Amino acid sequence: MTPARPIELVCPAGSLPALKTAVDHGADCVYLGFKDATNARNFSGLNFDDKAIAEGVRYAQQRGRKVLVALNTYPQADNWKNWTTAVDRAAEAGVDAIILADPGLMAYARKVHPTLRLHLSVQGSATSYDAVNFYHRHFGISRAVLPRVLSLAQVEQLIAHTPVEIEVFGFGGLCVMVEGRCALSAYATGESPNCQGACSPGKHVRWEQTPKGMETRLNGILIDRFADGERAGYPTLCKGRFDVNGETYYAIEEPTSLNTLELLPELARIGISAIKIEGRQRSPAYVAQVTQVWRAAIDRLQQGKQPFRIEPAWMADLNKVSEGQSHTLGAYYRPWK
Amino acid sequence: MKLALGPLLYYWPRQSTLAFYADMAEAPVDIVYLGETVCSRRHELRLPDWLEVAEMLAAAGKEVVLSSQVLVESESDLKTLRRIIDNGRFRVEANDMGAAHLLSGGDSPARNWIAGPTLNIFNPATLGIFADLGATRWVAPPEMSRQQIAELRAGLGRDIEVEIFAHGRLPLAYSARCFTARHYNLQKDSCEFRCLEFADGIPLKTREGAPFLTLNGIQTQSAHVHTLLADLPAVVADGLDILRISPQGDNTGQIIQLFRNALDGLVPPLDALQDAIPLLPEAPCNGFWHGRPGVEQLVIH
Repeated sequence: MTPARPIELVCPAGSLPALKTAVDHGADCVYLGFKDATNARNFSGLNFDDKAIAEGVRYAQQRGRKVLVALNTYPQADNWKNWTTAVDRAAEAGVDAIILADPGLMAYARKVHPTLRLHLSVQGSATSYDAVNFYHRHFGISRAVLPRVLSLAQVEQLIAHTPVEIEVFGFGGLCVMVEGRCALSAYATGESPNCQGACSPGKHVRWEQTPKGMETRLNGILIDRFADGERAGYPTLCKGRFDVNGETYYAIEEPTSLNTLELLPELARIGISAIKIEGRQRSPAYVAQVTQVWRAAIDRLQQGKQPFRIEPAWMADLNKVSEGQSHTLGAYYRPWK
Repeated sequence: MKLALGPLLYYWPRQSTLAFYADMAEAPVDIVYLGETVCSRRHELRLPDWLEVAEMLAAAGKEVVLSSQVLVESESDLKTLRRIIDNGRFRVEANDMGAAHLLSGGDSPARNWIAGPTLNIFNPATLGIFADLGATRWVAPPEMSRQQIAELRAGLGRDIEVEIFAHGRLPLAYSARCFTARHYNLQKDSCEFRCLEFADGIPLKTREGAPFLTLNGIQTQSAHVHTLLADLPAVVADGLDILRISPQGDNTGQIIQLFRNALDGLVPPLDALQDAIPLLPEAPCNGFWHGRPGVEQLVIH
C-alpha cells in the first residue's frame, strides 16, 4: 500500500561532511547538534559551530531537504543560558525544527520563537499517547520521537490517539534502557546522557593489556575482558560482560544494532511519519551506506509494488556497519524483552 | 524535617508485603508512597489491595501517596494509571508525563500532586511549569547534587515542597527488557515471577568480583546503597522538606529509626552511618549528593 504521506528519512550528521553525504544519498532530513553539552552526542571532534551549521542549512535547504537541531539534554540553573542561547542560534540559522526534551526549554522556544517547529526528543521518554499529548497541549509540539521500547501494536495504538506526528528509530546503536531514564553513566562516571550529553565518555575509558586479556574499564570499573583473538568493543557500560550468580555473560545487552528494515511496510501501514537513523558519532561512510539502503527501501515501498521485497544486499550492507556486526528488532520483537 | 518511605521497588510475596506495611504503620515515618512503579506484571497486590493498605496507614496517621508506574507501555497500563489518578482519596505521585497530563488536565485538574523523581525536572523554568500545573511537591532526580538542588530552589522564586532520595539502592535505569527474566533465559511474558525470590534484587558484579549493579526486573539499580545519613547536617542546613527512604529487604525500620534519631540530635550523623552499615545489603555511597559519580562514598570530617 502507499501511505498518504511519504515517510521521511531522518539521518545523522556529526559533521558537515556527514551532513552533505546524507543529503547526497537521499536523506529527507538531517539532524545535528552544537559542539557542547546541549545535545546527547556531546563527543569531542563531533558536531557543529555557527559557521558549519550555516553552511549545512544552506546545502540541505537548497536541495529541498530539512535540518533539525537536537537540543535534547536537560539544562540546570547554572547553565540554563547556554541552552536558551543554543535555541536562539538554531532559530537564527534558519533550521526547520529543533528537537527538545526539557519542558522549560520548550516554553522558552515557544515564547521567543513562536514559529519555530518543535519536536519532542526521544530523551523526553514519552511512551504513551497521554505523555505525547502532554507536550502537544502545553508546547504545541509537531512531532515526537518514541523511545525504543514499544511493540508495533503499541505504537499503532499511540498514533491513533494523538495529533502529533510520530518518528521511530529504524537503524543504529541500540539503547537497551528507556532513553531519558538512564543514569548508569552518571553513577559510574558522573556524566550522563541527560545532563552532559554523554554516555560512558571516552575520557573515563582505559584499555589495558593484562595476562588475563585485554581489559576495558570505565572510571576504574571493569566493563569487560577479552581473550586473544576476541574483538574488544568500546566499554559502553550496559554492553559489558558481568557476573550474575556465578555466570558471566552480557547481562544487560550484547553489542548489536537495531535494524527494522523488514518492518518498513508495517511501520508505513500504522502511520509512522518519519524513520530515524542513529549514529551522529559514526563516519560519513556509515552515513552514506545506511542512508542509501533506507532511501532505496522507502522508495520501493512508496512505489507500491506488491509484495515489498528486501534485497539481500541491503541487509548485508547494513550488517557491515552494525555494532558487533549483528542486528536485532529490539522491542518490536517480543522475545527480545 | 519529614521522613518518607518511597514506593517498594522490589516484588515481595503478598504476605511479606502486607506484614512490612503493618510494621511501617508503627515506624517514625511521616509519609508513605504506595503502589507498583516498576513492572505491570507484578500482581501480588492489585490496586484495591494497595488502597486497603493506604487506609490502614492513613488511620495510623501517615500521609499516603499513590505512586504511578514509571514506564507506561500498554493500554492496560494506561487504564491502571487512570484508576490511580481517579482514586478520589489519596494524592498521586506522577512518574511519567502521561500521569502529569492526566493529573493536570480534564475538567477538574488536581491541584496538589507530586512531581516524581523520574520526570527529569532539573531547572527552575521546568519546575515552575509543573507548579503551575498543580504540583505542590517535587522529588529531585537522584543524580542531582546538593549544589544543583540549591541553585534550582534559589532560581524558582516560589515555594514548593522538596523531597530528595536519601537512602536506598539508586534506581538508575528502566528498560522494556526484563533483566531478571533474561538471567533465567525466560521471556518477559513468561517470567515465572522470578523477582519474588530476591527481596533486594539480583547482585551484578564485574568480572573481578566487585559489586556494581542490581537487577530488579526491568529496573537497574546501583549495587551500593546511597545514603545521606552522614550528610544530614548539610541536608538540614539547606532546609529541604522531606527525605525519602527506599524500602530494602531487611532492616528498613531500623534505618528509618537511625534517620529519625540523627535528625532529632540523639545520635551524631557519622555514628548513625556506622550503625547503619551492618544493616545494608551492600556498602554505602553518596557521590551524587556531592556532585561526583554516584558510586563514590565521600566522608566529610
